[in-house]
Amino acid sequence: MLQINNLHARIEEQNILKGVDLTVSAGEVHAIMGPNGSGKSTLASVLAGREEFEVTDGNVLYQGQDLLEMEPDERALEGVFLAFQYPVELPGVSMNNFLRQALNQQREYRGEEPLSAGAFLKRMKACAALVDLDPQLMSRAVNDGFSGGEKKRNEIFQLAMLEPRLAIMDETDSGLDIDALRTVADGVNALRRNDRSFVVITHYQRLLDYIIPDTVHVMVDGRIVRSGGKELALDLEKKGYDWIREETVAV
Amino acid sequence: MPTTETEFLHEVAAGEYKYGWETNVEADTIPKGLDEDVVRLISAKKDEPEWLLAWRLRAWRHWEKLAANPEEKYPRWPHLKYTEPDFRNITYYSSPSKKPRYESLDEVDEDLLETFKRLGIPLAEQEKLAGVAVDAVLDSVSVHTTFKEELAEQGIIFCSFGEAVQEHPELVQKYMGSVVPYTDNFYAALNAAVFSDGSFCYIPKGVRCPMELSTYFRINQAGTGQFERTLIIAEEGSYVSYLEGCTAPMRDENQLHAAVVEIVAEAHAEVKYSTIQNWYPGDNEGRGGVFNFVTKRGICKGDHAKISWTQLETGSAITWKYPSVILKGDRSVGEFYSVAFTKGRQQADTGTKMVHLGKNTKSTIISKGISGGRSNNSYRGLVKINKGAENARNFSQCDSMLLGDRCGAHTFPYIEIKNPSAQVEHEATTSKIGEDQMFYCFQRGIGEEAAIKLIVNGFCKEILAKLPMEFAVEAQKLLDIELEGSVG
Repeated sequence: MLQINNLHARIEEQNILKGVDLTVSAGEVHAIMGPNGSGKSTLASVLAGREEFEVTDGNVLYQGQDLLEMEPDERALEGVFLAFQYPVELPGVSMNNFLRQALNQQREYRGEEPLSAGAFLKRMKACAALVDLDPQLMSRAVNDGFSGGEKKRNEIFQLAMLEPRLAIMDETDSGLDIDALRTVADGVNALRRNDRSFVVITHYQRLLDYIIPDTVHVMVDGRIVRSGGKELALDLEKKGYDWIREETVAV
Repeated sequence: MPTTETEFLHEVAAGEYKYGWETNVEADTIPKGLDEDVVRLISAKKDEPEWLLAWRLRAWRHWEKLAANPEEKYPRWPHLKYTEPDFRNITYYSSPSKKPRYESLDEVDEDLLETFKRLGIPLAEQEKLAGVAVDAVLDSVSVHTTFKEELAEQGIIFCSFGEAVQEHPELVQKYMGSVVPYTDNFYAALNAAVFSDGSFCYIPKGVRCPMELSTYFRINQAGTGQFERTLIIAEEGSYVSYLEGCTAPMRDENQLHAAVVEIVAEAHAEVKYSTIQNWYPGDNEGRGGVFNFVTKRGICKGDHAKISWTQLETGSAITWKYPSVILKGDRSVGEFYSVAFTKGRQQADTGTKMVHLGKNTKSTIISKGISGGRSNNSYRGLVKINKGAENARNFSQCDSMLLGDRCGAHTFPYIEIKNPSAQVEHEATTSKIGEDQMFYCFQRGIGEEAAIKLIVNGFCKEILAKLPMEFAVEAQKLLDIELEGSVG
């Protein structure tokens, strides 16, 4: 599904990613943990195609294609979804209108007919229920005046609507209370499929109590320095990141 | 933004004009130039009564005086840069027929009917737009007015200005110049001297006009100025919704459009005036395009009267226009809702004046400016609360959005308050179309063009929603076309 080789990226003159290697197979859930400033969110942004970041070395294969060659909207149409850490507000653009456009552009890309109003509505209701999102929000402007929790749930709601192949969740857990966290995690778990992969970026272990990853990676200073099973997350929770940092330096 | 997004915004801003073709029709065009004889000639061609000629001549003398004084001549305060029109090099009257007036649709040239059809304004009996009466004006003459008879059954008069002068001289004489006197400004004086046609509308007491009334203006002949007058009179307790649209062929030289619109709303009357202005804006280098110097004003004469101006401005090389309301009646209401979109080298200086005279009067101003390319877009507005305007209230909101980094947005609010009980609020914002917003759309699979349309439409939504329904759809389509990189 996704193969990242020796990825280097910088913003302005600052190198942030310094050789990331990561392979994610179809149906797997990978967690990426690491201290603040280690480059986790940059990795998500580079995969989604944010233009401020310049890739200086390495490559990324997505379903056998060169991902870095694709425009950001093309990546989305090919099934790459990013759940934003800070979802963006679009004043005056209703959720309804926004999602319909997004969904129909994807369907058009795949050579499918646009979804009928009825089918769209039905699907919207089902997906909103999945993350316990008030359907009333659909007639409001995108993220405009949404609470922090609503914004995050809205990201997972869109994930459900758009049915991506690769979902990258950038600190979806930050700012969520424990109930909201559980709701979001339940939503994600319901969306797990054999042909869909997740890359879950998080600072804290607690999300991984609910979304059980196949593999946990630790990112420090722009590289993945350690990978392991879900126990690795528990170790990190207990010991913090410093021991890994020290070990890495020692190596 | 070093990237394709910036380039795209520049492309968007360079989109082409769709209505730039011209109609080849034999025209009765008078020679270029302006003097007293031209004023007399226009009046004679229209077979006008003596009082109207006298009024024109008074305006002409006033204009001559202004024109002779370089300090007073042109309004200097707008944030606009242009070469002043050469008034001797303009044709002041051009009629698409030997006749100054058509008696029936049968007399109208096929090419002309085709012209309006192509603009989406079919005039023929069987094709008329449902629910909308149209007065179609080409250059100096009204070509046809639809639904005239149906409206007359309710006592509503809707016809060309020229016809009103002939058929209802008492109404024209009573109200013409009562809201915008010819002494108001340089272009108002010019218009009063040489105006050729326009629309006239009278709604009798207590009548709610059953359909939208609409005037469609088109400049066709090269080198011709268009100077029309519109006069709307809403008697006590009446209601009318009025729409104006306009286009012009693409020409390398600038064309002058100097119109006057006057609205009179008596007690408890309501007039809703909507404009979709799409004059040719000139090419991307700033060649050609219409100079749009317009004076629009309404007066809420009686208590509880209401006048709303709603406008979508996308055209013209230069726009100089401040639709205003004089709130004379107690508890009268004035509203101004505007979207002004500029691109290429367009310059717009537009806004409103709300003059509060009566007690408990209320005005609302919401202006949205969108600038792209190398254009400049200014909001200029005056809120004036006079001494006797006890408990007057105003709310103003001016938002600007920049597409790209070579355009400008400016806000010039003026507030004059002479009564301490006034409540005046003003809010202004300027934002650049957000990279974050664009990226958010991309990430959901929405391409650049669609994303810009979505975001800009969202920005203007509350204004477009104020337009009558049929026209709101038109307006959104127009805005989408304007935003498109290339237009077929």
